[in-house]
Amino acid sequence: MQPCRLAAYDLACRRGDRLLFKGVGFELTGGEALHLAGPNGIGKSSLMRILAGLLRAYNGHVEHEGTLALSDERPALDPHRPLGEALAFWRQIDRAGEARADFGLEDLLDVPVRYLSTGQRKRAALARLAASGARIWLLDEPLNGLDTHWGASAQAAIEAHRALGGIAVIASHQPLQLQKLRTLALLEHLP
Amino acid sequence: MSALWTIFRRDLTLLLMGAPGRGGALLPLLFFLAVAMLYPFAVGPDAKLLARTGAGVIWVAALLAAILPLDRLVEPDLEAGFFDQWALRGIAEEGVLLLRILAHWLSFGVPLMLAAPLAAGLLNLDGAQLWTVEAGLLLGTPGLAAIGVTIAALTAGLRAGAALGGLLAIPLAVPLLIFGAGSLQPGGEGGLLLLAASGLAALAIAPFAAAGAIRAGRE
Repeated sequence: MQPCRLAAYDLACRRGDRLLFKGVGFELTGGEALHLAGPNGIGKSSLMRILAGLLRAYNGHVEHEGTLALSDERPALDPHRPLGEALAFWRQIDRAGEARADFGLEDLLDVPVRYLSTGQRKRAALARLAASGARIWLLDEPLNGLDTHWGASAQAAIEAHRALGGIAVIASHQPLQLQKLRTLALLEHLP
Repeated sequence: MSALWTIFRRDLTLLLMGAPGRGGALLPLLFFLAVAMLYPFAVGPDAKLLARTGAGVIWVAALLAAILPLDRLVEPDLEAGFFDQWALRGIAEEGVLLLRILAHWLSFGVPLMLAAPLAAGLLNLDGAQLWTVEAGLLLGTPGLAAIGVTIAALTAGLRAGAALGGLLAIPLAVPLLIFGAGSLQPGGEGGLLLLAASGLAALAIAPFAAAGAIRAGRE
């Protein structure tokens, strides 16, 4: 596995005429995980999108080596297609082989995505991310909608990804049980 | 390249076959034929009048049929997060949208060309006029598809985007309508060249304009 790295320098984010945060900086290398913490509306999702390169930072910049994958509240799975086909679409694009974590979806592969529950959809989105083969995982509220059991397996999948030298950035308002987790409290970066 | 091919196959399946809430290629086609069928009822069975005005009606019907699927060209994929996921993988929006124009054209332009002989029969057009209509549709519908995808990208995510999209697309499609219908007038053969020119111009600009709209929508 090639080394990967994700670094942010002095990031600031402005939405409309409001400065959400400033002076956010960190550097992650293979195997490390960062927990973005903070109350609703503080800018966790915006920071996630800046890290993913989807949103322009008001200040500062992001450097990354290795491929990125993002899982947010939108699963990017066709609602009318059976789950198996919807996941196969991304597998064909990513060409990364089989997923390491399966998230208990075998029995749901024939079910159209729109009939899945919130938690099942979240698991499908995590399965898509895990199958992408990306080295840097950006997870926006990965535990939302998951029960205790699947919440624990999602975290186990993150640990497995780190053990293989991957990076994970997790925005969550829930406590995480991950080894050597670094925490970035956005409350400390208010303008 | 293979990623774009996968995306194109999905686009084409969705636009041809439709999906719950998305409709398919059949709806614009039936709409087109319905207009061609209604027109003689409205103006009466005067064969000469129909032959003189029918080709114009075909063009108006084609334009309106192109507007019909606007709200499902970009909006559902933007809403579901597909465009973000493609961007993360470094797949350029321009490429995705160019393929979407192609898929949109295959799912409405080609069926319209296949239905045109039937519409021509309903409107009492002769063989020569039908050939001009077919040539015009072949040259003009790619431009209509390009305008449609651009407007769909521009209005995706807006409330009442579908209605607004229709209103925005109509003025942009006016040159295509004028040259397309004009090519059927006596001595109007040059209209086909102008039609091709304006269609190609729309096609050349559209992927970049639509991609710009998608990117601006992320801010």
